[in-house]
Amino acid sequence: MSVVAPDRLHPATADMTFEIRPGLAMGERARFAAQDILDGLRLWRLGWTLGWLDIRLRYRGSLLGPFWLTLSTAVMIGSLGFLYAALFNMDLRVYLPFIALSQVLWTFIAGIVSDGCTCFTQSEGTIRSVRLPLFLHVLRTVVRNVLTLAHNVVVIAVVFVLLSINPGWTGLWAVPGLLVWLVASVAVCLPLGAICARFRDIPPIIGSVMQIAFFVTPVIWLPSQLGAREHWMLFNPFFDLLEIVREPLLGASAGAHVWGAALAITVVLCAGSLALFARVRGRIAFWI
Amino acid sequence: MLRPAAIDVTDLSVLFPLYHANSRSLKKTVLAVASGRFARDQQNRVVVQALRNVSFNLRSGERIGLVGANGAGKTTLLRTLAGIYEPVAGLMRVQGSLNALLDPQLGMNMELTGRENIMLRGLYSGLPRSELARLEQDVHEFAGLGDFMDLPVRIYSSGMVVRLGFALATAIRPQILLMDEWFLAGDADFLEKARTRLEEMVRGAEILVLSTHQESIVQEWCTRVIWLDQGEVRADGGPDEVLEQYLGHPVERPLAATV
Repeated sequence: MSVVAPDRLHPATADMTFEIRPGLAMGERARFAAQDILDGLRLWRLGWTLGWLDIRLRYRGSLLGPFWLTLSTAVMIGSLGFLYAALFNMDLRVYLPFIALSQVLWTFIAGIVSDGCTCFTQSEGTIRSVRLPLFLHVLRTVVRNVLTLAHNVVVIAVVFVLLSINPGWTGLWAVPGLLVWLVASVAVCLPLGAICARFRDIPPIIGSVMQIAFFVTPVIWLPSQLGAREHWMLFNPFFDLLEIVREPLLGASAGAHVWGAALAITVVLCAGSLALFARVRGRIAFWI
Repeated sequence: MLRPAAIDVTDLSVLFPLYHANSRSLKKTVLAVASGRFARDQQNRVVVQALRNVSFNLRSGERIGLVGANGAGKTTLLRTLAGIYEPVAGLMRVQGSLNALLDPQLGMNMELTGRENIMLRGLYSGLPRSELARLEQDVHEFAGLGDFMDLPVRIYSSGMVVRLGFALATAIRPQILLMDEWFLAGDADFLEKARTRLEEMVRGAEILVLSTHQESIVQEWCTRVIWLDQGEVRADGGPDEVLEQYLGHPVERPLAATV
């Protein structure tokens, strides 16, 4: 039986020192939280691998792999498109691109919210055995959902090509929109993960809230169907965030009000998220 | 060159909140173990004071055995030293790379293949990509999994899981090694092979903190013993002297270390 020689074992790679003391002052807590986030960002490669493995695992052994996502979205959009175009008396050429975009984008939003709830509890084993920035688990959750989105985007592309729809240069406004989404996603997962680790009855509540949000937000129905009351939708945060990506891809501009609201929501989310994380970061390992 | 490893712990206290202690049996267990250590904090949560005012300094070359009854706080102390649990009071400074062998599964994902678990472990430990192939080879050779490397860990026999977990945990050589006694248990056939590797790792580490119940292991490996009792350091000193107090009878020195 061969024994591995000492030099074959992996030596320590870096000089590491850490100092831990309870940060009781708010400023200190904020500094530790910021450090955690920075360390997590530095591990983006690991976050990417973890998120990617999550997707691959879910579809391991199946013929189409992650493209089951694409297929099921395609079927969903096809059936919703024909049904609701008839119900709303709308031209399929107008409705189908709308529902394709809405459905795919909403899947991402709903996925971030529901996965965000489990971002820490899901990684319980890792958190309790290795010292890693907690932010890494948030990154993993966001990566997983971004990859899901990427698979679903195929459906949108097919619909747009089939109906030869070109959003034109306006469509590029979706890029800053998606960047805002990335920031907002992180800012949603971080506090949700922490709260749900502490209070185990929160996820079902979030689930019902998201179901209601799906119906009161113009996902299946068009905002213009509200007529004169459309501007009330500005107060629906899901609407604002949805519009900054959806409208440009439909060839229209989201408008300054919607953009303003979306940015304001993101800033509030980030601030709240940081404040909460600074407060509870040290306790999460005990909660999970 | 790396700086010598060191651990400084001053007045460390760790509070364990019991949020999910609804299950009666868990409550009873904890009550039995932690009698007298229950308290309610300002927000009226039930907390266990897992560590109370623990202080010690460890320098390069020291081999510490942590002894104490179940629930005395040994694992909590190891987790705190590993930077997983944060203390509510006190100061802790750990200098040097650290590897904690605490959990048999070590965050292994049972759904992933052996090869994928090795890659993940390497990434968790911050190994550069170039090192990953070497790590894989090393673990592969030691664990002897053969074709099972590309199958999910879920279908491994329990012995294979232990071998993989052990090979992974011992593949990365730290300056500071924190170890729960689980790592010394295992089937006899594997144990001999494991011991050689573990001893190499222990010898290579500058500081060893080992939590154990077995006095023979303490005598063989440790140069200093810390006795934890209900979260407090009850005694700290040479192995024989502290073991004697802990066991309540003089320790018999084996004539030769029987490995």
